[in-house]
Amino acid sequence: MSRHVVAAASEIAPGERKLVSVRGRPIAIFNLDGEFYGMLNRCPHQGGPMCEGKITGLVTAPEPGKYDYSHAGAIVRCPWHGWEFNIRTGQSYCEPERFKTRTYPVEVADGAAVVEGPYVAERIAVSVEERYLVVDL
Amino acid sequence: MTHIIQPGAIDCDIHPNVPNVAALLPYMEDHWREQVIVRGIDELASIAYPANSPLTCRSDWRPADGSQPASSLAQVRAQALDPFATSIAIANCLYGVQLLFSEDMAAAYARAVNKWMAAEWLDREPRLRASIIVAAQNPELAVDEIERCAGDKRFVQVLLLVSGDQPLGKRQMWPIYAAAQRHGLAVGIHAGSSYHNPPTSVGWPSYYTEDYVSQAQAFQSQLTSLICEGVFNKFPDLKVVFLESGFTWVPAHLWRLTKFWRGLRMEIPWVDRAPADIVRSNVRFSLQPVDGPPDRDSLLRIFDHLQSDELILFSTDYPHWQFDGNAAIPDGLPAELVRKMTHDNPRATYPRLLETVA
Amino acid sequence: MNVQLRDTPLVQATSKIAIADGDIHPARFKASEFDPWLDQKWRDRIAQFGTRQRQPWQSGPAYPKSQPNASRRDAVPPEGGKQGSSLAFMQQQHLDPNNVVLGILNPLGSGQGIQDVDLSIALCHATNEWQIAKWTSQDKRLKASVVVAYEDPIASAAEIRRYADNPDFVQVLLLSRTSEPLGSRKYWPIYEAAAEVGMPVGIHAFGYGGNPMTPSGYPSYYIEEMVGHSQAQQSLLNSLVVEGVFARFPTLKTVMIEGGSAWAPALAWRLDAAWKRLRAETPHLARLPSEYIRDHVWWTTQPLEEPEPRSHIADAIGWTGWDKFIFATDYPHWDYDDPATSLPLKISESQRHDYFIGNAQRVYRGVA
Repeated sequence: MSRHVVAAASEIAPGERKLVSVRGRPIAIFNLDGEFYGMLNRCPHQGGPMCEGKITGLVTAPEPGKYDYSHAGAIVRCPWHGWEFNIRTGQSYCEPERFKTRTYPVEVADGAAVVEGPYVAERIAVSVEERYLVVDL
Repeated sequence: MTHIIQPGAIDCDIHPNVPNVAALLPYMEDHWREQVIVRGIDELASIAYPANSPLTCRSDWRPADGSQPASSLAQVRAQALDPFATSIAIANCLYGVQLLFSEDMAAAYARAVNKWMAAEWLDREPRLRASIIVAAQNPELAVDEIERCAGDKRFVQVLLLVSGDQPLGKRQMWPIYAAAQRHGLAVGIHAGSSYHNPPTSVGWPSYYTEDYVSQAQAFQSQLTSLICEGVFNKFPDLKVVFLESGFTWVPAHLWRLTKFWRGLRMEIPWVDRAPADIVRSNVRFSLQPVDGPPDRDSLLRIFDHLQSDELILFSTDYPHWQFDGNAAIPDGLPAELVRKMTHDNPRATYPRLLETVA
Repeated sequence: MNVQLRDTPLVQATSKIAIADGDIHPARFKASEFDPWLDQKWRDRIAQFGTRQRQPWQSGPAYPKSQPNASRRDAVPPEGGKQGSSLAFMQQQHLDPNNVVLGILNPLGSGQGIQDVDLSIALCHATNEWQIAKWTSQDKRLKASVVVAYEDPIASAAEIRRYADNPDFVQVLLLSRTSEPLGSRKYWPIYEAAAEVGMPVGIHAFGYGGNPMTPSGYPSYYIEEMVGHSQAQQSLLNSLVVEGVFARFPTLKTVMIEGGSAWAPALAWRLDAAWKRLRAETPHLARLPSEYIRDHVWWTTQPLEEPEPRSHIADAIGWTGWDKFIFATDYPHWDYDDPATSLPLKISESQRHDYFIGNAQRVYRGVA
């Protein structure tokens, strides 16, 4: 396992996402209110690119006809079949015990630390003034 | 070889018939009795079972005198109860009450049929139980009739037709389910239509054969509706029994419904578990017609696909011609499964069967 | 700041097997794309009165879909426009990476089922010419379907014969939700013409025939409509068999498109059982219903049912026959089935070949 610098933190605004690659693995990095979460860019169902999914809230219902809306901005729907995943945990809302998409912790590191290493910066040129998103893989 | 059914089988779908409207007149209120006579109202005989179609009555069960099949207790005893060692049979009368356009007239006929059933059948044959016929055209009137009959524990179910004015899951229908759950009654949904809508979603067919085959599609639509509208979320103790529905279509239908549910559940957020789980807890299917594959192994695969041995309830569908002789159980089913279909599953489905009948 | 991402492609190029796609939905970039083949009177008519169907809305489907244009969110072309409206992007996103060597175009929203039948005829013809101009003449992998105004079967038959000798057309396209069941004698001129020119009749889910989505009226939800298309498909196949279409046109081939397929065995069993009992009613049928189905019907695969365990789908496919399936993705629609992941079964090489391309090459004319 090694530490990979995948993007500058400033590249992904809150509510946005960016597709990166770590050791050939496509990972979608989401910015949720300033916190960063990584998710494999392959829906566990048929492989839809999660990074291109719609970010939504979650609707649940205590009974038919009642709509409780929560988790605004914390759910990503696969762009193909609409399966809903919790961006923080990767869990599918439907049958969560069976379906989960792979997640990757994303750490925010100062440029000064990144320059010192030990990091794999892929092709990102690192500057000490920036903060960077780091994935262990 | 034909299965020997162990004594005590419970037959969940037989069809005693109203011999003619004159038999109902004693059970009708004055106004309605006079209406029947003054207006010359004919038998409420649905086109769902043309009188002389081979399927409507097995040839060896047809009375020699040309009278209405399955309309006398002696016939039903000799043809439906004794040959199958039946301990209990549930009578689902298919008189065409639900086909009427007048809600009040339908409710009047429903009352008459239920009174006739209690007096002419249930009072005279302890092996019989019955379904409450209701005017599904108007759920309020249907609930009135359920309340009127519910004290009689020999009524074990509320009977609806699979095709009517609106999808059965719709909330307008819920008072019926509330009443059924309250009284420990199952809701039986039987093949047949009010014919207030075309019998298929692509219009009216030319032939009766198509009409009968398409009943399975009507059941599929209603299973979708009941699940998607959240009937079983609202009424978790409700048991719905599909009668004369066939069941080999069930796995494939659930596969499709489940696939779409995973992507579209935001539209029906109350559906919080897979449709197949809901079916396993709340929906049952009568055995006949089997609509099975020609070979035993494939039929066993279907039971495997159902992933439960608790879903199918023994039925003969008497007097409809679904099998010959006493071969009501398809060959090759494991004895344990047959035992569950004939004995255990009906008891688990109809709580009133466990109660002592006064 | 000199931040840059790796430039290696995220979609890895693999040597994938060549496949057919029996259900691709081309779209117009803008509505005026049909204009070259529409008389001014029709353009005026559309501008003033729209294209009214037997459903409530001036535009859009009866039930709101789950995603815009019922399409994959990642299928919007870079130049904008509807999903499926750019050949270049379709090639880049679908045809090339999935190694689609035969793609059957099934244009929806073309004019089929419009209440004004003359307008429907005009729009269907424009759709056919547009398929040549925008698609089949630009990419030889793509083949067109003759889109017909099925509620006027005589006009439909004429349209089919117009393309009899055009090798770009390999199929006649109907929608499932017609005003009468498709076995109705009204529609027989369509089958006669299709059999004559050697094209299968593809019957794609959807359309608005004016009949409620269930025999108990309209359901509440889009999911019910989507699931319900398989009931419509079963009912129309029931009709084709029992009304005698296959008995009358022994060389006719039909393809059931996007209505599911796992229901087919149970329907065939039920038909056989009912027909054995009721055959006095249909002396025009000489054989078991299941035999007509076996000889005359194919199914596109998408949306493939997804049982748990997934191996159960192999039973359903096996009962119908591995030779009866034409792989389809439904690109660019949301319920797209991916060729690499949608059939997670261990199957023989010959089964795989038939399923993904061999059967299609046998069903459609001139594509082997």
